[in-house]
Amino acid sequence: MQEHDMSWVRTEMALAQAAPRSQVGFGAWVRRNLFATPVDSVLTVLALLAIAWALPQILNWVFFDAVWTGADRTACLTTEQGGQLPVGWTGACWPFVSGRFGQFMFGRYPMDERWRVILTGIIFIALLAPLLIPRVPYKGLNAILFFVVFPFIAFYLLVGGFFGLSYVETPRWGGLMVTLVLSYVGIVVSLPLGILLAMGRRSKMPIVKLLSVVFIETVRGVPLVTVLFMASFMLPLFVPPGMSFDKLLRALIGVALFAAAYMAEVVRGGLQAIPKGQYEGADSLGLGYWQKMGFIIMPQALKLVIPGIVNTFIGMFKDTTLVLIISMFDLLGVVKQNISGDPTWATPQTAKTGYVFAAAIFWIFCFGMSRYSQFMERRLDTGHKR
Amino acid sequence: MKHIAIGILGAAALGFAASAASADTLSDVKAKGFVQCGVNTGLAGFSAPNDKGEWTGIDVDFCRAVAAAVFGDGTKVKFTGLSAKDRFTALQSGEIDILSRNTTWTINRDTALGLNFAGVTYYDGQGFMINSKKLPGVNSALQLSGAAICVQSGTTTELNLADYFKANKMEYNPVVFEKFEEANAAYDAGRCDAYTTDQSGLYAVRLQMASPNDHVVLPEIISKEPLGPSVRQGDDKWFDIVKWTYYALLDAEEAGVTQANVDEMKNSDNPDIKRLLGTEAETKIGTDLGVSNDWVVNIVKATGNYGEIFERNVGSGSPLKIARGINALWTKGGLQYGMPIR
Amino acid sequence: MSQEVIHEATPQRASLLYDPRVRGIVFQVVLVALLALGIWWIVDNTIENLRRSHIATGFGFLKGRAGFDIANTLIDYSSDNSYGRALVVGILNTAIVAITGIITATIIGFLVGIGRLSNNWLIRKLATVYIEIFRNIPPLLVILFWYQGVLALLPNVRDSIGLPFGSFLNNRGFYFPRMVWSDGAWLVAVGLAAGVVLSWYVARRARARQMATGQQFPVFLTSVALIVGMPLLGFALAGFPLTFEFPQKGTFNLTGGVNVKPEFLSLYLALSFYTAAFIAEIVRAGIVGVPKGQTEAFSALGLRSGQGLRLVVIPQAMRIIIPPLTSQYLNLTKNSSLAVAIGYPDLYAIGGTILNQTGQAIEVVVIFMVVYLGISILTSLFMNWFNTKMALKER
Repeated sequence: MQEHDMSWVRTEMALAQAAPRSQVGFGAWVRRNLFATPVDSVLTVLALLAIAWALPQILNWVFFDAVWTGADRTACLTTEQGGQLPVGWTGACWPFVSGRFGQFMFGRYPMDERWRVILTGIIFIALLAPLLIPRVPYKGLNAILFFVVFPFIAFYLLVGGFFGLSYVETPRWGGLMVTLVLSYVGIVVSLPLGILLAMGRRSKMPIVKLLSVVFIETVRGVPLVTVLFMASFMLPLFVPPGMSFDKLLRALIGVALFAAAYMAEVVRGGLQAIPKGQYEGADSLGLGYWQKMGFIIMPQALKLVIPGIVNTFIGMFKDTTLVLIISMFDLLGVVKQNISGDPTWATPQTAKTGYVFAAAIFWIFCFGMSRYSQFMERRLDTGHKR
Repeated sequence: MKHIAIGILGAAALGFAASAASADTLSDVKAKGFVQCGVNTGLAGFSAPNDKGEWTGIDVDFCRAVAAAVFGDGTKVKFTGLSAKDRFTALQSGEIDILSRNTTWTINRDTALGLNFAGVTYYDGQGFMINSKKLPGVNSALQLSGAAICVQSGTTTELNLADYFKANKMEYNPVVFEKFEEANAAYDAGRCDAYTTDQSGLYAVRLQMASPNDHVVLPEIISKEPLGPSVRQGDDKWFDIVKWTYYALLDAEEAGVTQANVDEMKNSDNPDIKRLLGTEAETKIGTDLGVSNDWVVNIVKATGNYGEIFERNVGSGSPLKIARGINALWTKGGLQYGMPIR
Repeated sequence: MSQEVIHEATPQRASLLYDPRVRGIVFQVVLVALLALGIWWIVDNTIENLRRSHIATGFGFLKGRAGFDIANTLIDYSSDNSYGRALVVGILNTAIVAITGIITATIIGFLVGIGRLSNNWLIRKLATVYIEIFRNIPPLLVILFWYQGVLALLPNVRDSIGLPFGSFLNNRGFYFPRMVWSDGAWLVAVGLAAGVVLSWYVARRARARQMATGQQFPVFLTSVALIVGMPLLGFALAGFPLTFEFPQKGTFNLTGGVNVKPEFLSLYLALSFYTAAFIAEIVRAGIVGVPKGQTEAFSALGLRSGQGLRLVVIPQAMRIIIPPLTSQYLNLTKNSSLAVAIGYPDLYAIGGTILNQTGQAIEVVVIFMVVYLGISILTSLFMNWFNTKMALKER
C-alpha cells in the first residue's frame, strides 16, 4: 500500500528573487533620495551647483592656496601689496596662527611659567576623562577631586605667589586658558546655584520664591554684556573704598550669576516634570525636604534635563567671548587683539584666518559637548518610551 | 544681590581681593608696597607693553617716578591697562592710585568726575591723519567735508570732532569704536577716510599702519589736549606727591640734573641744586611732602628728568620722533614750567 | 500601634523647632534680614563712594547737550541734541537691528528647519551642516568674522561693485537708490489701504460663503491682486509721482541714495544666520512633534498634502514652536548688544559713551536694565497673547 502523504511541509525557503533593478543599488538610492519628485530634482541640482561653487573655494582658501610658512606679513601679501604672491591671491595665512599660537593659548602669561598652565591642563584632562567615561569606577571620589580639590590646585598653579611659585597677575592671563577658566568656574558655580534658585522658585516660602523669581527673571531679561558691565563698573562702587577686585574675578562673578539664572530655569523644567506622586511618596517615607530633594526628586529631575544643562554649558562657553567687551582677553579677544592691534601680521587675509582658527576651536569644544550630551541622554534613558 | 555678596565672600576667601583701604592713599601705598597705576592698554610712546611684556612710555615712566619718590625704587609700581571707558571708574573706586593714561584735563573731569589733575605731562592737540595715496589732493582738514572719520568713543576727541565740523559747517560720517585698536584697524582697512585723535597718538598709530609712509598728519590742530596724571579728589597729601613729582622732573631738567650725572650733582655747591637734591643740611623739603629727602635723586635715577623721559619715549630716541615743540621747558620757549622747589 | 502614635504626638512644645512652617518663617525672616543688611551695605558704600568722588546723581544729566555725533540715526539727531535723545537713537538702532534680524532669522530658520526634514538627502545634509556649524560658534565671533573678515575686504569707494538697479557695494556698505515721492503720492498709500481693507472683506465673505454653501473662493490670489493692484492704480492716477535718487560718487563717499553701513550689515547678517540655526532646530522639533497619525488622518479625509499641511500640521506644530521661538527672539535682541564690538551705535554702545562723558554709571545701568527688561516683557506679553490664540481650543 502506497500511502502518499499529501501534506507537505517546506523545509527550506525558496530563494528570494532579487529586488527589481529599479529598487536597489546606487541608482535607486539616488532616485529615491535625490530625484524623487521634479521639485526634488531641481533642489538637488541647485544644491549641487552651490556646492560645486563653494566647496572648491573653501578648500582652496583653507588648504591649497593657503600660505603655511613665513615670518611676518610679507609672506601673505600679493606683489601689489608689497609681497611675493600673485595679484588676486586669496588664501589662509596660517603662519599668523602658528606664530601667535602661544599667545592664543596663554595670552601674555610669562614664557617661563607656562608649564604651570600646561600642567593644570593635564590634571584637568586626567580628572575629566575618567569622569566622562561611564565604565571607569570611583565616580564619587573622582567628582570630589574634580569639583572640589581641583579648583584649589588650579588656583595655586595658575596664580601662584606662595610655596615657591611666582605670582602671575591675572591681567597677564589670556587666550584659551582664560576661556577655559571662565567656563570651568562658570559651570562649577552655576549648577549648584541654579539648582538652589530653581528650588527657591518652586518653594512654598513666599519670600524665597519672590527673591528667586526676581533674580532669575532680571538676569534672564538683560544681555550678558550688561551683567558684565555691572560686574566691572558697578561692583567697585558697591564695596568700601579701596577694596578692589581682580578684573578676572569680576568677570567670573558676572558669568556665573548669569549662567545660574539660565540653569535655574532648566532645572525647574525638570522639577516640573516629576510627577506629584514622587513628592508624596518621599513625604510618606518621612523624608525631610533636603532628603526628599537630594535622594528622590533631583536625581530624576536632573536626568531629565541633561540636554538642557549641557546646552546651557555650551551657551556659557560661547558667552565667555563677551569678556572681550570689558577689555579682557579670552581666546577670541587675543585673536582680535592680534588682528587689530599689531602691524606685524596686518594683511587682508589675517582677520579671516584668525577668526576661522578661533571658530574651529570653539566649534570643536561645543560640538564635543553636544555629542557627549546626546550620548549620555541615550545611556541614562532608563525610562519607558511612550 | 545676595549672590553678589556670596561671591564677594567667596572671593575674599580665595584671596583674590586686595586689601581694604582708607582715604589716605599714601599710607595705603606704603602699606601694600607698590603704586597701582592705570595706563593705556597700548599707545606707543605713552604706555604700551614691549616685546618682553614690560610697560614703556611717558605715562608709564611718570608712574615709575612717583614710585621712586615714595619708595626710592622705581620698580615698585604695578600697571593696570585701562580702556577709555574703564579709566575713571577705576580711579574713583580705588582700584588704582594714579590715572596716568593720556587723559585730557577738562573742567568737567576735574569737577563732575571727581578727579584732580596733577599737571600736564604732555601738551597735545587733536589732529587728523589721512592716507595720502588714496586721497592725493587733500592737505587740509577743511577739505574733509563728507568724509568718513574713525574716532574712539567716550573721549574728548569725539566731542571736539563734532564741534569742529559744526563750526566749519561741514558734514561727516562718524565711525565710532570703543577701543583704540579697533579704530586703527578700521582706518587701516579703509573703512574711513580719516582718523582723528591727539596728534601724538596719530604719530604712534601711523607706525602701526601696514605702510606708514602712505599716511600723513594734516596740519590743523583743532583742540587743546593737555594730557596729565590725575588722582582722586579729597586726598591732598597724595595729590601733592604726584604734583611735585611732576615739578621735580621739570626742575631737574632745568637744573641740568640727568640720570647720568645725578650722583655727581649731589656734590654740587649750587644752592638750587642742593635744595633740589636734598643735600642741604637740615632740609625738610622731602619729609614735609611725606617722602624721603633724597626723593628727587631717586626719581631722576629711576627715570631721568622730564627731557630724558620725553626723548626716550616719544622724541628723537623713539620711533615716533616727535619734536619737543610746546613741550619744551619755558626757558626754551615751551610751556613746561616747574614750580620752584624751595 | 495607632493608639501609641497618637499618644506620642500629643505633646506640642518640642515640635515647635521641627514644625516646617515655623522653620520656614524663621528662615525667611533671617533671609530678609541678611538681604536687607547686604543691600544696606551696598547702598551705604555706593553713597559713600559717590560722595567721595563728588559724582552728582540723578537723571538730570539726560537733558544736557550730548556733543557727540552718531553714525546711524533713524530720527533727526545732531551733537546739539540731548543725551536723552542720543539714548533714544540708540534704542531705535537696537530695535531696527532686532526687528530686521528676527524677520530674516525666522525665514532662514524655517527654510533650514524644513530642509532638515526634506526627503532629499542632499538638502537634509546641507541643512544639518549649517545648523551644526552655526550653533557651535560664539555669536560675537560670527559678527567679527562678517565685519573684519568679509565686509572689510570689499573694494574701496572708487572700485565699488556695481549691482543692478543703481546700487553699489563697497567697504563703506551697501548703497541703493532712494525713492523720492512727489505730489500725489498719497494716492498710492490710499490705494494700499483700500487694497488691504478690500482683501479683508473678500476673505470674510468667502469664509462665510464656504461655511454656508461649501463653495470655495480663491481668496489668496484675489488678495494679492487687490493689494498690488490698488496701489498701482493709485500710482497711475497720480501720474507716476516717483523719482529715484541714485548714489553718486562724491569726493570721499558715494552721496545720495540710502547707505546701509557695514556695521549694521555685519551685525544683522551675523545675528540672522546665528539665530536661524536655533530656529531651524525648533521648527524641526515642532514638525516632528506632530504625530504621524495626523498626516494619515488628513489624507484619509481627502485633503491634498498642501491643504493638509496648512490646515492640520502647521497649526499644531506652531503650538510647539512658539514658546521656544519667543526665547530665541529675545536672545537675538539681547545679542544685538554685541554691536559695541564693531562700533554699531546701539543702546549699549551709546549708553557706554554717555557713561564715559558724564560718569553717571548707576543711572546708565538703570536705563539699560529698564530698556532691556522692558523689551523682554513686551515680547513675552505679545508672544503669550499669540500663544493663547494658537493654543488648542477645547470645546
